[in-house]
Amino acid sequence: MRGNNWSRWLLLMCLWAGAGYGQTAIEVRQFSSPQQQALYEGLLTELRCLVCQNENLADSNAELAGDLRNEVYAMVTQQGLDEQAVKTFLVQRYGNFVLYRPPVQASTWLLWGGPFVMLLVGGVALWRVARQGRAVGPVEDDLSQRLAARRLLEDEE
Amino acid sequence: MRYAVPLGIFVLLLGLLWAGLGMNPREIPSPLLGRPAPAFRLPALAGQGAQVAPADMLGKVWVLNVWASWCSACRSEHQVLVDLAKRSQVLLLGLNYKDQPADAGEWLAQFGNPYAAVALDADGRAGIDWGVYGVPESFVVDQRGVVRRKFTGPLTAETVSGELLPLLEKLRAEGG
Repeated sequence: MRGNNWSRWLLLMCLWAGAGYGQTAIEVRQFSSPQQQALYEGLLTELRCLVCQNENLADSNAELAGDLRNEVYAMVTQQGLDEQAVKTFLVQRYGNFVLYRPPVQASTWLLWGGPFVMLLVGGVALWRVARQGRAVGPVEDDLSQRLAARRLLEDEE
Repeated sequence: MRYAVPLGIFVLLLGLLWAGLGMNPREIPSPLLGRPAPAFRLPALAGQGAQVAPADMLGKVWVLNVWASWCSACRSEHQVLVDLAKRSQVLLLGLNYKDQPADAGEWLAQFGNPYAAVALDADGRAGIDWGVYGVPESFVVDQRGVVRRKFTGPLTAETVSGELLPLLEKLRAEGG
């Protein structure tokens, strides 16, 4: 049956597409509690991989990211460190760059405040343009201009 | 001038983007600068039980060079290090990062050995403590055991003569 064949193909393709997900960089881990697992997985999304700089530790295939995942796993499960302690460990070694949300300080105020400054500049610009538009008012009906226009149109004909 | 403000913003943006082009995103400032060198005690390459530790280097100005035989950028840097070791008395320690000792030994036999000693960091744990994220990297440590400078990426003849050697000179003059 033709229809049956098609649905079989579709099923096969769906399975293929799904197969890739089983082979991501993430290792299979065991946790003693769901809280521990949530802490570990949360940390991996909050920490940046230093090799592939636009990826977090959870997504990166870099070897260093794998080492750091092992390190974070050991800190969470064996040493029982909390989120802040793990972050401090990594910041002491790699700097604030490892944090996707770095603390607000002298070197990062532009990063945090920049969008609001842009919003303010845009708002002021918009306000000024809007005010200018109103100040001009309706176009004056100038008789001499109207006559000049009519003359031009008549010339055309 | 009607267009003074938009033009000003445009020029400012252009300046920022231009400056951004000249920056190296791989060069992340190390938080280690001005802090004591992270400790390790690792087996030395071909050392027959000998060990290498930063703690043993107190009172000396030295350079830690992180390298591996699988690292292609290290190959271009290696000649610079060999020349450096030949023409000055730089105390150069190697940290062989996530490498096979046999491969590392073969590499040094083939291309020359500029290191006073090479520590084997097989699992990369010392590398993590030093904030290593891309080999080669080099750290300058002063006589009090404080990290003073980090070079990310291969050292070139220009950085050696322009930055590294003057810095070592200055640190030696500082005393302990």
